[in-house]
Amino acid sequence: MAITLDQTIAHKQQSWLSAKLSSQTFWVLMAIALACLYLSFATDSFATQKNLYNITRNVSFVAIVALGMTLVIITGGIDLSVGSVLCLCSMILAVIMHAGYSIEIGIAAAIGTALIVGAFNGVLIAYLGFPPFVVTLGMLSIARSLAMVASNNTVVFEFGPDHEQLLALGGGAWLFGIANPVLYMIALALLTGFVLRWTKFGRHVYAIGGNEHAATLTGVPVRPIKVAVYMISALSAGIAGIIQTGWLGAVTTNIGAGMELQVIAAAVIGGANLAGGIGTAFGALVGAALIEIIRNSLGLLGINAFWQGAFIGGAIVMAVLFDRIRNLRQND
Amino acid sequence: MAGVEWPERFGETAVDKNGRRGLREEQERLTVLELINVSKHFGAIQAVSDVSFSLEPGEVVGLMGDNGAGKSTLVKMIAGNFRPSEGTLKMDGAEIILHRPVEARRHGIEIVHQDLALCNNLTAAANVFLGRELHRGLGPFKVLDYASMYRRAGEIFAELKSETRPRDLVNKMSGGQRQAVAIARTRLSDAKIVLMDEPTAAISVRQVAEVLNLIRLLRDQGIAIILISHRMPDVFTVADRVIVMRRGQKVADKKIAASSPEEVTGLITGAIERV
Repeated sequence: MAITLDQTIAHKQQSWLSAKLSSQTFWVLMAIALACLYLSFATDSFATQKNLYNITRNVSFVAIVALGMTLVIITGGIDLSVGSVLCLCSMILAVIMHAGYSIEIGIAAAIGTALIVGAFNGVLIAYLGFPPFVVTLGMLSIARSLAMVASNNTVVFEFGPDHEQLLALGGGAWLFGIANPVLYMIALALLTGFVLRWTKFGRHVYAIGGNEHAATLTGVPVRPIKVAVYMISALSAGIAGIIQTGWLGAVTTNIGAGMELQVIAAAVIGGANLAGGIGTAFGALVGAALIEIIRNSLGLLGINAFWQGAFIGGAIVMAVLFDRIRNLRQND
Repeated sequence: MAGVEWPERFGETAVDKNGRRGLREEQERLTVLELINVSKHFGAIQAVSDVSFSLEPGEVVGLMGDNGAGKSTLVKMIAGNFRPSEGTLKMDGAEIILHRPVEARRHGIEIVHQDLALCNNLTAAANVFLGRELHRGLGPFKVLDYASMYRRAGEIFAELKSETRPRDLVNKMSGGQRQAVAIARTRLSDAKIVLMDEPTAAISVRQVAEVLNLIRLLRDQGIAIILISHRMPDVFTVADRVIVMRRGQKVADKKIAASSPEEVTGLITGAIERV
């Protein structure tokens, strides 16, 4: 029987399952599952409630920032300023609350700061045509310097009248004994995933990364979207900063130093493509989780902490290697 | 083609087509686009000077000329990228002024760009609806309507008789399928004119045939097509008329049947001054 044109058009190229099986995120997830399984048997301390609580909480800070970073990476950009923006927002929150203002005012100021920084990055990149690398590298330096100016480079550990509320916000566990940062991470990941998959904005973010020129020609508002994406990235750093301040109970001007590289690593391990056009919210979480599992397991297995960088670096290369092999096979 | 409803206008024109050389009013009514003494200069450079021509529904016009002859400038004025320095554009008899490409689109002028303007990381359906996504839901809770976009894109591909699957990623597609995706965009709205910029450059022979068929399909729906091309055989296969540009001026505008590839080559190079 001949296949009609309509049948050809209606045909799905791959099933849902085969699409999942061929994704980088899936294989990284498998690696995490295997590592967890192995560690549960090989050590007594891995599968304990306390260790799992710590792991999930530690993941959340990098993961939250990686969600924003993933959006930037999908558009084909990069944001190197997130670690410093996290520091600046934490410090603004700390200094304002230390001065006796309420937690609401502190959080509003921190978030406002993040949005301003993000808008500054975005406008320079989208409207003035600066390379994202250069603008955000500049902001990496500026934001941390501003944090030092704001605090006079001191440690802030007293947060005024709402001190306890701030500590509960970041350090508590309001639901089923899950650390609060993890709850925020899950909520933000669901939101990001929804936006990417189900909104016009998300669709346009992918389009810009796929072919910016085509997006412009077809009437996608490329510039406003790019500004929004850098604002979201800075916002995610700001949110992570607020939560981390609550958890740590103290802010130094070192907080978030070098974090941008971990965040980018998490996004890339989770399947985001630095060339743009590819990436998911779930991938950001998975990438952040793999990094944390590696760190945690080296400690539990008694391997010298100096090896951490080598293993995490190896994971970055391995994750992308799978992707390369698949592409090579497709091109043959 | 089953289940496809074309706007009434197209049916009308098909009937009228036979009698179009009759009354003067009818002639005017049948002119979808008219350029009257259009010029464009950039500073001291005269890119297009004093060009006039008109376009009828269902007519395919080949626009030919060497690099720098003014073809793209002319087309960009019709597409709303540039405003003419002098002269007027008329659609259906009424003057139009286009400030931006979006306004041209609103008047029913669609463009298929030379590079097709496709995002390789998106599906065929997503590319067709890029910038014009369909939604469902209310107010701020609007979400992308995947089902409708897949269905509509599938219908358009069926109309275009192209074996293109709406759910496939564009980066795995052949040149002909990619053309079909780009052309499918022009079918979303009630397009009256489609400008095609070098649609057959850099694709295989078999795919060229596919693209020429797509052009015929659009023509049969009563859409006027301006085909910018360097390829003589394509223009002579599919076009009704050929317009030749040289140094910003229109040097020929005649029926394909009354011309020949040799004559057009002569006009493009300047061996023949003007006909």
